[in-house]
Formats: sequence, C-alpha cells, structure tokens
Amino acid sequence: MKHFRNFGLVLAASLVASQAGAEELTGTLKNIKDTGAITLGFRDSSIPFSYLDDNQKPVGFAMDICYKIVDAVKKELKLDKLEVKLNPVTSATRIPLMANGTIDLECGSTTNNAERQKQVAFTNTHFLTASRYVFKKSSGLKSIDDLKGKTVVSTAGTTNIKQLTEANVAKSLGANIIPAKDHAEAFLMVETDRAVAFVMDDILLASLVAGSKSPADYVISKDAFSKPEPYGIMLRKDDAAFKKVVDAATAALYTSGEGEKIYNKWFMEKVPPKSLNLNTPISAELKNEFAKPTDSPNPDDYK
Amino acid sequence: MNYNWNWKIFFEPNPMGTGTYLDMLLSGLWLTIKTALLAWIIALIFGSIVGVMRTLPSKAADWFGFCWVEFFRNMPLLVQLFLWFFVLPELLPKAAGLWLKQLPNAPFWTAAIGVGLFMSARVAVQLQAGISSLPRGQKMAATALGLTTVQGYRYVLLPMAFRIILPPLTSEFLNTIKNTAVAITIGLIELTGQARSMQEFSFQVFEAFTAATILYLLVNAVVVTAMRFLERWVAIPGYISGK
Repeated sequence: MKHFRNFGLVLAASLVASQAGAEELTGTLKNIKDTGAITLGFRDSSIPFSYLDDNQKPVGFAMDICYKIVDAVKKELKLDKLEVKLNPVTSATRIPLMANGTIDLECGSTTNNAERQKQVAFTNTHFLTASRYVFKKSSGLKSIDDLKGKTVVSTAGTTNIKQLTEANVAKSLGANIIPAKDHAEAFLMVETDRAVAFVMDDILLASLVAGSKSPADYVISKDAFSKPEPYGIMLRKDDAAFKKVVDAATAALYTSGEGEKIYNKWFMEKVPPKSLNLNTPISAELKNEFAKPTDSPNPDDYK
Repeated sequence: MNYNWNWKIFFEPNPMGTGTYLDMLLSGLWLTIKTALLAWIIALIFGSIVGVMRTLPSKAADWFGFCWVEFFRNMPLLVQLFLWFFVLPELLPKAAGLWLKQLPNAPFWTAAIGVGLFMSARVAVQLQAGISSLPRGQKMAATALGLTTVQGYRYVLLPMAFRIILPPLTSEFLNTIKNTAVAITIGLIELTGQARSMQEFSFQVFEAFTAATILYLLVNAVVVTAMRFLERWVAIPGYISGK
C-alpha cells in the first residue's frame, strides 16, 4: 500500500513536471498560442503611421512594422496560421485596451517616454520627431522669439504643449497658449487665424500641411522646442518573453536595411488615399538608431 | 487586467509645472463651475423671457418663442458649439470675425453662451408648461383686480409657475453642468478636458476619470441639496408644490 502511494506521488509529480514543461509560455505569447490570434491596435488618422485608407483598411508605417512582428511571433510559436485581428484605438482608449488584453500591440505614433514606461512597455524606436511649429508664410515668423506675445496653439495633453509652456517661461515670450482638443482642430485654428502658430511633432505637422487646402501657404519652423523624441510600438508591461520576441523582430527589421525601405515607402513616395507625398527623408538620428536599435525613452540616447 | 494602479499620482507634480495632477483637475473643476453658472444664468434669463412669450396672447411673440425653442432644442449641442466657435466668425465681416477669434478666453465665452442658449430652450418649454398648468382663473383674477399683463405675470402667474417647475429646473441645472463637458470640443480645458490631459501625460487613465467622476458627483450633490433648500424655502402650504 505504501509503495502504491509512493508510486502515486511519483506519478503526480511527473504529471506536474510535464504540465510545467508544456506551459513554459506565459502572458501574451501563451494567449496568442491558445487563441491562434493576435490583436493589433491601430489609429484611424495618424498619417502615415497608422490610418484608414480608402477601403477603410488600416495601413501605414507602423502597421507594416507590426505585420513584420506578427510574422516573427508566428515563427516563434511555430504556428501554421495566425489570425490578425484589428482594433481601432484613440489616445484615450489605447491604455485601457492594452491593460485589459483587448490589444497586444499598439501600432501608431505614441511617444515613448519615462513617465509612460511606468504603465506600458515599448519596443525599439521606429521614428524620431522634434517639436516644431507650423505657421502661415504670410505671418513672417522666423524663430521661436518671434512668437513673443502672439497666440499659439498646441494639442491638450501632449508633450508638445508641455514643452511650449516651458519655453514660454524660460524665454519669457509672454505668448498666449491655447490648448486644442486634437491636431485637426489645432491646425484649423492656424488656418482660420485664431492662432499664429501650432506647436506639434514635426512629422504630424508635415502631414497636416500636405493634406491642407493650400500646402504652399504653410511653413514648418527650423527652430525646435525639443530634441527628437522616440516613437515606439506599445506593448504590455512586465511580459519579458513577448517583449524579447518583439524586440528581436524589430531589431532584425531595422538592421537589415528593410526598415529604411519601409520608411521610404511611407515618407518619400505618394501614400493613399489622397496620394500625398510627405517628402521627409530619413534623418541621420533615425538612421543611426536603425543601425543600433534601442527602446530608450531618453532623447539624449539618439545622437 | 494588466494595469498599474497608482492612486498617489494625484500628488505627483504635473508636467505643465502648475503644481500636482490634483491641482490640474481642480483648475478644470473651477472652470466647469464658472462655465456652468454663467450658462445657467443665461439659460434662466432667456428661458424665462421666451417661456413667457409663448404664453402671451400675441401671435408674433408666440411665433418668435416657437422658433427660438425649435432652433436651440433641435440641434445637437456639439454642433451648436462648433457653429458658434468656428463658423460664425467666418460669416461676419473680416474685421469683426478676426476680433471675435482673437478675443481672450474665446472658448469660455462661446461655451457659456452656447450652453446657456441651448438650455434656455429647455427652460422656456418648462416655464410654458408651468404657466399653462395654472388654472385659467388665475389670469382672469389678476385682470379683474386691475393688474396689467406685466403685473399679472410678475405678481400672480410667474411666482406660481416657477414654484411648480422648480424640481424639473433642478435637473436642468444638473444637465447644464454636465453639458459643459462638450466644451472640450472647442478647446475649453475644463474638468473632462483636464482628466484627458492627465491621462495623456501619465497614462493613468482610470485614476484620472475616477477623480473626474467623483468631482462631478460632488458638485451635483451640492446643487441638489441647495435646490431642495430653495424648494422648501419658497414652498407655500396648501399648494401643489407646498406641503
């Protein structure tokens, strides 16, 4: 009887052991394997990173990168088929949807900073953008100092409005800063002369100008309010196994030179749906980053 | 849920350099209260005038009141604010439009006036209903006493009608407070706007909106309590709304 019990224990132990062996997958990877699906969060109007084309299908630079990550995950999990689900997100919903497991990757234009890393993780940087301002050619602004006493708009809740506020104090500009609900509204304020300048990530300004009624009327400043800040694909925090796969996939993509090819497709050629060309060559900083991929939130790490 | 709760976030400094995140929300709350109070005053004044016009014997007054109510009541508030803020200045002569656009605090005035006029249509309809619900004899008695129409309304009809519609007016006041949240669409960063800013900066979305919800509930509780006191204070024993 005693022997039998021992045998039972051994059997139970070996069962537990084999169970553990099969379950070495955890978190997002396990979830993807169990459901056979991965969910990408996309933005509907973040041109050219992630937006809807004329078929209402999400496309863009960040989407292309995400599909490469999906391929890598599929390979890692040795799956024959991996269903890709798409879920729209906004800046207000991306965190709750990431936290509750609705989306596994956020493919957009989210700035990677230290504050946000307390809540989520980011993979290797896919874009660098500095805070500049757009103005009408007719208003004759030259430098940040020319904004003295003028009305300047930026989007509420962005790092840009924070930098603008800081510069306003540091350079004692005495500018009247008004927050706008979103980028489109902020640009509308400059278009309708409610404000002389709109401070935002330069790449977003370029796409707003390219899409405006008369792109030739607008100029984007040379002066910048910040060092180039990194954009990253967002994923859940504390999921080292998944992050490793994603990091490896993006690093391979960027170092192989394919990253730059995808970049050129979205920033140097005409993009749908309106056939706009943003004409923004890859910056030296981003080129360096692609050679040595990093997920650092610190702008000083991108020289 | 893989969410990193952090209730201490409210006491951390906000990135705008204006104190803590809590200060940010409180400044939004103050703007909400200011906007709501100004809007409510506008709603009461215009609502009373239009409500009375709709009960006057004059056909023209009735027609004007009808148009006012249908215009402001039938268009979504969101659309109205957008029209006042972005479209109206473009329709004016260029100089006047520019002056309007560059008015300091333009979103605040637009929001207060826009929400106020929207709510005035609702106040008007309620006042009209309140006046119509009075027995016809009241108006006749006022006339028989030798009161003019103005005096009849001032001393007989309105004091009664306002007492009757006081409870529904309380909910309209609460609606006014909640409706100010629509003003973020024209760039007024009130309580909802600040909660959104806070979640954009810190990514602590649930904490931000929990705090906003509690603040709205507190303000509404204050309003409800105050209105109950007012109802008791003006109540006349023996009448519909009195005890």
